[in-house]
Amino acid sequence: MAAKVITVTSGKGGVGKTTTTANLAVALAMDGSKVVCIDGDIGLRNLDVVLGLENRIVYDLVDVIEGRCRVRQAMIRDKRLPELFLIPAAQTRDKSAVSPSDMVRLCDELRNECDYILIDSPAGIERGFRNALAPADMVLVVTNPEVSAVRDADRIIGLIEAEEKGPARLIINRMNPALVRRGDMLSSEDVLELLAVELIGVVPEDESVVVSTNRGQPVVLDGKTRAGLAFKDIARRLTGEKVPFMNLEEKEGLFGRIGRLIRPGGD
Amino acid sequence: MKQADIAMTERGRTPLQIKGNRDGLLVTIGDGEWDDLQRSLIEHVEGNAGFFQGARLALDVGNRVLHAAELGALRDVLSDHSITLWAVLSNAPSTEQNAQALGLATRLPVLRQGRSAHVQDAGQVGENAVMLQRTLRSGFKLSYQGHVIVLGDVNPGAEIVASGSVVVWGRLRGVVHAGAQGDENATVCALDMSPTQLRIAEKIAITPTPKGKGTGFGVGRVLSMRHSQPQPEMARIRDGRVVVEPWTVKAKS
Repeated sequence: MAAKVITVTSGKGGVGKTTTTANLAVALAMDGSKVVCIDGDIGLRNLDVVLGLENRIVYDLVDVIEGRCRVRQAMIRDKRLPELFLIPAAQTRDKSAVSPSDMVRLCDELRNECDYILIDSPAGIERGFRNALAPADMVLVVTNPEVSAVRDADRIIGLIEAEEKGPARLIINRMNPALVRRGDMLSSEDVLELLAVELIGVVPEDESVVVSTNRGQPVVLDGKTRAGLAFKDIARRLTGEKVPFMNLEEKEGLFGRIGRLIRPGGD
Repeated sequence: MKQADIAMTERGRTPLQIKGNRDGLLVTIGDGEWDDLQRSLIEHVEGNAGFFQGARLALDVGNRVLHAAELGALRDVLSDHSITLWAVLSNAPSTEQNAQALGLATRLPVLRQGRSAHVQDAGQVGENAVMLQRTLRSGFKLSYQGHVIVLGDVNPGAEIVASGSVVVWGRLRGVVHAGAQGDENATVCALDMSPTQLRIAEKIAITPTPKGKGTGFGVGRVLSMRHSQPQPEMARIRDGRVVVEPWTVKAKS
């Protein structure tokens, strides 16, 4: 099997890249894929915290790159899902410890061992972003329905196109339908009109994300939350499945959605 | 800063010329296969690691057409050697655009006489035109000696500076400066004219912030500056002011 390398990026910080990476990785692993996530945010790591694997770190990405350990040794197996692995970032170094070609080499080494490699990109457009982008087969851009986040997403999409890694796919995170209805928040249509890329998911604003992040239990593990369901849908779209978009507006739509999730069953 | 001229290559063998100036190093690449030239540049850098450590490098690639991936790869290899590639100079517009898309400069701060003269030789000033067929996104900046035609949107944060006129067959929401060298007859046309800022020659116009109705303030419109019913419009200077009027067949000046 040749793994697909998916990079999650955004430009602006705090829009939910790490949460998205963690949840998509868990959702893909729950569906039976073997997934390796790589935290590309060297110096400011936190994918390990969100996944609840912080206390198990022995070796990190820089150790692998600099040859102090083998890739296998740095791969932390998730305690809940045996097919999910994390290669954590180093906390004591900075982005210049890794080069884009190092990342390409690492991913090529991992490609034969798993189905998906998810890379959590740091915010910004500098070295760390280029490291995360270099090995990507597919790029997911996370944005929030706010003017500043969308502006940065536009810039990032331009850079992705320039690096010939496009077309990027878009995830709109923390959508609040009530605010959109009042005209106080950008709608998906507003965002898409500007960014003109393919939308692969809209994740509603959901308090349970905060709770689950603090507990190190990605929200998809709890099958009932709205955000968790949205991440699950995105993961299924990544595998090529056609999944209708969740109706964030109406309650009936949500229940109908859950019904649809249960009926195919068998995961 | 001293002006050093360090031509260190055996010019006969590798057409690679390296000069130091106050902006850093300028590497001029001559004829030959790009891969070979790139390799010889890297070899050169590795052989003189001390000299190149931390250097700022501008690259003159002449008429060569280079893809963004090629430029990006070189930039990454150079950055592995602690060298910052900050500018790519080229006579090929597509190379320039690719370099700009990567955030690289395409002009040295001191205008180089030879190059600007070259552009003017190609025709009357303002008679050249370049056409871009894609969305210009935030962070993209195009400076062009002549007219600019865009088939696509110009998003907020993108900037076009042209000595001639600018035509956008799409939504114009970024910054446009037409007649940048003082041509007051330059015009700006767009299917949906909602620029962040519009400049013609010395005159500046700012799109008024739209006011939404009801409780909300219509962030959707602020972001995308969307007209409810966009119509093609043309901006030009009339009586010393920038005016925008419907762009119809009759509106031709």
